[in-house]
Amino acid sequence: MHEMSLCESVVEILAEEARRQGFQRVKTVWLEIGRLASADPEAIRFCFDAVTRATVADGARLEIIDTPGQAWCERCAVTVEIKQRFDACPVCGDFPLRVIDGDALRVKQLEVE
Amino acid sequence: MCGVCGCGEGAAHLEGHSHSHAPDLSQARMIQIEQDILGKNDRYARANRDHFIRHGQFVLNLVSSPGSGKTTLLTATLNQLKGAIPMAVIEGDQQTSVDAERIRATGIQAVQINTGKGCHLDAHMVGHALDELNLEANSLLFIENVGNLVCPAAFDLGETLRVVILSVTEGDDKPLKYPDMFAGAHLMLLNKIDLLPHVDFDVEKCIDHARRVNPDIQILALSARTGDGLRPWLEWLRNQRNALLNARIAQLETQMAILKARAD
Repeated sequence: MHEMSLCESVVEILAEEARRQGFQRVKTVWLEIGRLASADPEAIRFCFDAVTRATVADGARLEIIDTPGQAWCERCAVTVEIKQRFDACPVCGDFPLRVIDGDALRVKQLEVE
Repeated sequence: MCGVCGCGEGAAHLEGHSHSHAPDLSQARMIQIEQDILGKNDRYARANRDHFIRHGQFVLNLVSSPGSGKTTLLTATLNQLKGAIPMAVIEGDQQTSVDAERIRATGIQAVQINTGKGCHLDAHMVGHALDELNLEANSLLFIENVGNLVCPAAFDLGETLRVVILSVTEGDDKPLKYPDMFAGAHLMLLNKIDLLPHVDFDVEKCIDHARRVNPDIQILALSARTGDGLRPWLEWLRNQRNALLNARIAQLETQMAILKARAD
């Protein structure tokens, strides 16, 4: 359940930003969780509520931005969309794919007051 | 308080922007921040990696599910290489120091990290373990991660290379079921091959699955218990370490040449 430590890192980032940018409370957090990232959105949601309690983000709404997985096929020399890391290239049906996007775990944006 | 990172006792972390702004309480506002959630771990990992490079240390992060035979493989490896290469081990487990004791019985120094409720090692824990180890320059350091095929995949420890160990009793579909772990590994070791006659494990299929998620992954098969296949693994270790040392030598020679030119 490393989603718990990921959420603790999110809270640290929020606390740090609150100090730097001088806000009191976070109302909404936009998290980018790529479809190929090593975190489960539902588990993140579950942990987020538990971990934000009594912090600047207590009661904050969590918006998850789901970004598609993208990979480069060396054989076809094209960028293709994949759902899982073990997907075959939809063009040639083979597996020489290298993931180039959709594996990010990022705090994108905050609504604060 | 930790002198390296300032953790503990509510100490201030590096900020670089210490003046505060007057809070605007009147209305909500939007802030773009674009921060990697794993950014802090990655910063510690970079510090570990810089440290390893400066001291010519070759560091392996060993990951696997529980019971794949990591510790047996390690003790067999240490027994073969001790005396030839300076070595040390960082052991990660939720509880107990049983594994560190098994390692110390080989005569090699080991530090145990107990993660408590934690399901993985992170770069910060490894940084602290390094303070406790008396690591010789140019050592080979093994970090045995917590037995778990999911969580350790996300946490860079600053290692030189990552090795995933899969035993044939676990099933040939593991690379597809836990793709993140196999996608991030440089080498897959198929362990317990002495048990192949007794289990339904298709080696070719497993290799194919691993290459689907990671076309570059190297693969070796062995049995840590019988010693079968141990020699290619030891050769791989020596070759990879020599490559690292040669790169470091080339780097130092360039620096020396620059210094000599300046001294003239």
